[in-house]
Amino acid sequence: MQSTIFENNIYSNSIYKNKNLIKNIIDHKYLLWLFVKRDFVTNYKQTILGPLWFFIQPVFTTIIFTVIFGNFAGISTNGIPKILFYLSGLVLWNFFADCLIKTSDTFNTNQHIFGKVYFPRIIVPLSIVISNCLKLSIQFLLFISIYIYYFYFTSETFQPNYVVLIIPFLIFIISMFGLGLGVLITSMTTKYRDLKFLIQFGVQLLMYSSPIIYPITSLNGDLKTVILLNPVSSIIETFKYAFFGVGEFSLFWLAYSTIFILILLFISIFIFNRMEKNFMDTI
Amino acid sequence: MSTILQVKDLSKQYRLGEIGTGTISHDLNRFFAKIRGKEDPFLMIGEDNDREKNGGDYVWALKNISFKVSKGEVLGIIGNNGAGKSTLLKLLSSITSPTTGEINYNGRIASLLEVGTGFHPELTGKENIFLNGAILGMAKHEIYEKLEEIIDFSGCTKYIDTPVKRYSSGMKVRLGFAVAAHLEPEILIIDEVLAVGDAEFQKKCIGKMQEVAQTGKTVLFVSHNMNSIRNLCSKTLVLEKGKLIFNGFVDDGIEHYLNIHDKSYKEQSKINFKDNGSIAYISSIQTDSDNKYFEFNQKDYNFLISINLKEHISDLILGIIIEDFKGNMLLVSTTDELENDIFKTINKSGEYEISCKVPGMILKPGKYYLTLSLRGMSGKPFHKIDKGLIFHIQDNITFRGLKNRYRNIPIIAPKIGFSLKN
Repeated sequence: MQSTIFENNIYSNSIYKNKNLIKNIIDHKYLLWLFVKRDFVTNYKQTILGPLWFFIQPVFTTIIFTVIFGNFAGISTNGIPKILFYLSGLVLWNFFADCLIKTSDTFNTNQHIFGKVYFPRIIVPLSIVISNCLKLSIQFLLFISIYIYYFYFTSETFQPNYVVLIIPFLIFIISMFGLGLGVLITSMTTKYRDLKFLIQFGVQLLMYSSPIIYPITSLNGDLKTVILLNPVSSIIETFKYAFFGVGEFSLFWLAYSTIFILILLFISIFIFNRMEKNFMDTI
Repeated sequence: MSTILQVKDLSKQYRLGEIGTGTISHDLNRFFAKIRGKEDPFLMIGEDNDREKNGGDYVWALKNISFKVSKGEVLGIIGNNGAGKSTLLKLLSSITSPTTGEINYNGRIASLLEVGTGFHPELTGKENIFLNGAILGMAKHEIYEKLEEIIDFSGCTKYIDTPVKRYSSGMKVRLGFAVAAHLEPEILIIDEVLAVGDAEFQKKCIGKMQEVAQTGKTVLFVSHNMNSIRNLCSKTLVLEKGKLIFNGFVDDGIEHYLNIHDKSYKEQSKINFKDNGSIAYISSIQTDSDNKYFEFNQKDYNFLISINLKEHISDLILGIIIEDFKGNMLLVSTTDELENDIFKTINKSGEYEISCKVPGMILKPGKYYLTLSLRGMSGKPFHKIDKGLIFHIQDNITFRGLKNRYRNIPIIAPKIGFSLKN
């Protein structure tokens, strides 16, 4: 009998070959865009203030941080206006935390769709990251306007510098950390849900171990190294350095974060792609 | 015709019970076997998927399924609940991967295991058409081109800019099906979606499906509705407890499937029944031939029915019903229709034998059920035997080599007289 060659093949688990991931994502870019739109549009439907909520959340947190950490606790802000100091850290941190928390629940929240239709599952966490990027850019505008206000209309002195140019890179790399870690957690929690409990307070612990409410220069010795081992730390510190010219800008630690995150991302996506084939059986 | 889809030795194993600390030992076991380069130790075990049996940690939802589908074929998949139909569809649509075996195909597979997958309640009907279409694998331009058509087909024009959460459940289904009906993959997989919507919409759906089937698309269709299977499909697969037990033409497949249920009926020429406690009962039915087979061109098919009367009943009626294997009632006849009622001559209790003659060459060759009922003029029957006897009429004649002439299409096959008049 003549054997036919088929374009597509599905094999059992052990001999599965991944299709080209990038090509797969490009093939589904329209779906990706629709998911982004869905996340973004449905977020504030039937609210009166609508997208204004994007501002309200970081503004209030900043005010609370300013009062508690700035005024009561008296933690140094390296001479940067308190509001700007906390807001800059929070905007970037919230972006990361949202990426992480939402992607870490991908399989669970989408099981009704995943159980009925196949498309590359990575589209969903990617769409979460992209819609969070949109949210970030809105909040970034808020930050920039307050920044400009302080720069021109107050006597505060701080200097932005050339490091501003790598801010897109900082945002990219921190989003990849959120994606990588989230995707890893969602893959590991399909069968055993234990990690799900860790993420709840893990994110909070991680926040306190990154320089958001304190400048990294206020630490030294081993403690500083430990804090910098958290890949988010040097990214946030560089972000602040770019805008205010104070703090620390260390190429070494930035390179460490980048490499750490890229390796994590690579491993996570590999595990995610393995998990996506069978997670419906175990979730 | 060329093969578009090929399934080889496909199996899927599932673990039973809850996932908890207990499963970790199995997982570790499997992991150690893997790093030593050995086969998964749990593949050796596992049982047939029989819901009623107890015990065992693993089952085979599918076991060694192989089949091929040619381009343009509409394949029906039938089987009881738990036979593995949905598992097969899930494997074909890549939702989960097989334990062993492989699936090879050309082109795109779109699966329609549910209508309206991914509908977001906050989005409007139109927005959901785009979202759902893209989830099902339609390209952007395809959706734009067909948007008008989809809205028309759904019959939700008025509501198209209203959030879907305001829709009635019927409207959601209609919108979902409308999107799905406009998918144009090379292979389409459909699971029971026709069982929804009102009669008018169902008709529309069947029409659309037939249209799709006629355009030369390959369709795999799972349903419990034998009528839609027969209307739409040319071939069928019959699954039973995870195994493929039949692969062939649709009518044979349906007959085969319905036969699975008939195991409880004894296929023999004489069947005895027990006294059911009422004043009259049927004690046996018997065909006059040695086995349950009649020849199609026999003059009559004779049945012998024994009844037992414990006392004299003046208005006794015996009725028979003949049904075909699809459940169509073909014939009903009772003794009181006759000019000289046989029971008029009986005036005392005792055992009586009644001969019943069904004329030959009317029922087409096939398999039939005989139902008997013994009753008075009013009230509950004394004795009713539902599908008490199965008999077959064999196709023993050929018309110029066309053996299966009567097989599928007509319901009855009487000989019609034709003569030349001039």
